[in-house]
Amino acid sequence: MSAHRTRGRRTAGTAAVLGTALALTACASGADAPVGEPDTPDEPVELRMTVWTADEAQLGLFRSIADAYVAENPELVSGVTFETIPFDDYTTALTTQLAGGNAPDLAWVFESNAPEFVSSGALVDLRPVLEDTEGYAFDDLVPSALTLWEEGDGLYAYPFSTSPFAVFVNTDQISAAGQPDPADLVADGGWTFDAARDIAAATAKDSGKQGLVVRDFDYQTWENLATVWSGWQAAPWSADGTQCTFTEPAMVDALTWFHDAVFDDGAMPGPGTTADFFAGDAAMTITQISRASALDGSFGWDVVPLPAGPAGPQNVVGQAGVGVFAAGEHPDVAADFLAYFTNAENAERLAAYFPPPRQSLLDGETLGDANPLLSAEQLEAVVVDGVQDAVTKPAHRNFAQLSETVRAELDALWVPDADVEAVLADTCAAVTPLLED
Amino acid sequence: MAAASAAARRDRLVGYTMVAPVVLGSLAFVVLPLGMVVWYSLHEWNVLANTFTFVGAENYQRMAADPGLADALTATLWFSVGLVVVNIALALLLAVLLDQKLPGTTTFRTFFFSPVVVSLVAWTIVWSFLLQADGGINGFLGALGIEGPNWLRHPTTALVAVVIVQVFKNVGLNMILFLAALQGVPEELHEAARLDGAGAWRRFRSITLPLISPTILLVSIITIVGSLEVFAQIDVLTGGGPGSSTTVLVYYLYQQAFRFNEFGYASALAVLLFLIVLVLTLLQWQSRKRWVFHEV
Repeated sequence: MSAHRTRGRRTAGTAAVLGTALALTACASGADAPVGEPDTPDEPVELRMTVWTADEAQLGLFRSIADAYVAENPELVSGVTFETIPFDDYTTALTTQLAGGNAPDLAWVFESNAPEFVSSGALVDLRPVLEDTEGYAFDDLVPSALTLWEEGDGLYAYPFSTSPFAVFVNTDQISAAGQPDPADLVADGGWTFDAARDIAAATAKDSGKQGLVVRDFDYQTWENLATVWSGWQAAPWSADGTQCTFTEPAMVDALTWFHDAVFDDGAMPGPGTTADFFAGDAAMTITQISRASALDGSFGWDVVPLPAGPAGPQNVVGQAGVGVFAAGEHPDVAADFLAYFTNAENAERLAAYFPPPRQSLLDGETLGDANPLLSAEQLEAVVVDGVQDAVTKPAHRNFAQLSETVRAELDALWVPDADVEAVLADTCAAVTPLLED
Repeated sequence: MAAASAAARRDRLVGYTMVAPVVLGSLAFVVLPLGMVVWYSLHEWNVLANTFTFVGAENYQRMAADPGLADALTATLWFSVGLVVVNIALALLLAVLLDQKLPGTTTFRTFFFSPVVVSLVAWTIVWSFLLQADGGINGFLGALGIEGPNWLRHPTTALVAVVIVQVFKNVGLNMILFLAALQGVPEELHEAARLDGAGAWRRFRSITLPLISPTILLVSIITIVGSLEVFAQIDVLTGGGPGSSTTVLVYYLYQQAFRFNEFGYASALAVLLFLIVLVLTLLQWQSRKRWVFHEV
């Protein structure tokens, strides 16, 4: 065979490979679709929604709402599938599905990814559908809860869960150590981060267990420290997301306090030490109120608001949104389903697990019906008051890269003799180019 | 004549039919993805915004100015050198010990080989508990009066810990390969050398090592390529930290693609990784003529 023919075949083979690659890539591309009143499809469609919960009770509730929707709209939808993707890999798996041209119709979205998802054009504007759906009572939604998910006049996801951070207290351990009850300190205005640190350190010393745990931080997920530094009114970057503020005095003070609480006072577990409050390993934990379901009654407990920092008390909420993908197969039908899934009636049912962003449902009594573990007073103090003027955890349209870069830089802070100011200066030097992107 | 050519054609047809499954499988699952990675590496691909823009060599130019990549390559170099040296040395040592006709060698062989068949993630998770600040290893050291470091939180010890976890996971396989090679070394050669007055070290250096050199080549290639593809251990044990001390090239590539959604740049990194593996393998293959006995 001549060299010429061989080369010709090789070229043809390469072209075939690249052609197939191009074709597959083209298949992966979706099209921007305006969302509105759904046209009745030729045959009922199957919707798919990705979630990170694997809790059978929660999934059962979703299915029962979906079944009711299917029964009311048999010409539109034949079924709704709720696909669980593990929490740790959620966004990674979701974007992989998008890259593979297999976008779900609806998806839960983390608050930290909100700006990236909202600004990318991946999600459709839900405001017209939600406002026009009869009986939806769009005006009942708390405006501050929607801010993160808005761009211009558009609303790109519904914040189905607006869950305040609070402090769960193991009252057995604290009273055994002869420490003051945090609830009493809340009542007389003495519930501060310094008081929490002192109680945690003394209780840990007495019990031989851990003091105060910022749950899910684990010296990796640094954004959970917002529950602490908000008491100093500190933030990692400016509100418009363009300036690093790790070196601001408030942040330096907050992280110095945290560092010393870990390494000098022994009030918090150090890096590489695991402690699960709900298994009785710690005196207190900062986490979301929705974790109350993990309490099994094996010890006495209470829940109190976040302590006040030098800048006073500050409420922090964790949010999760649910949006409709433009690249999904049926964005119109999916948006219509979302309007049903989150209407006032269903939001009340969902409130059993996810504090709703609806003003009419935010009272201790309504939430108490859905959360039998918590008293109306606890819910009033922590949830109802906790969502008012609350800040959310850090978010940015470039969050993924920022998250990893800050994590790598802050690693230098988690050693006993760290120079807090120097580490934070390095952190700003590393993240500034990413903020300017 | 015609009958002969018909038979030849039939033979060819049978031959092509026989190799077709392998060829088609390789095309679909090796060549096609490889081509696609190269194609993607010439694009900026934003999955969320649904854009796929041709940018030529931009992703490759970006590599030169990427400090994160320089750190990743440095971490990869230390990791691979540490892993290859410790793994091969330990595997050879264990194989030589097990090659002695001593009681209990079967038990030890099973003991060292068993991690190879254990699930990688399960193995790594158990080690992640052992390596905690208050984990089993420091507990053991504490009993001996030694205060152990916080293994996974210090850049040097974290890298050492990942290397050790990986070595213990796979050393059994290399050990078995070396053991098989050692048992293939003719006893007569050792006897002859012994009669000539050669000591144990001289016999090992001048008889055993040359005769097992083909296996050393094989093990070296497998271990070096394997060391460049370590991912799960790093993801479970350190997440690339502390800092970027254990962010090896594969982990960096994963971060770019699946955490930062930089699929185009990640594809360019995948091409770089492919070229590194290819060049290292070719270098080893070329150098075999100098030291592998049946090639000399």
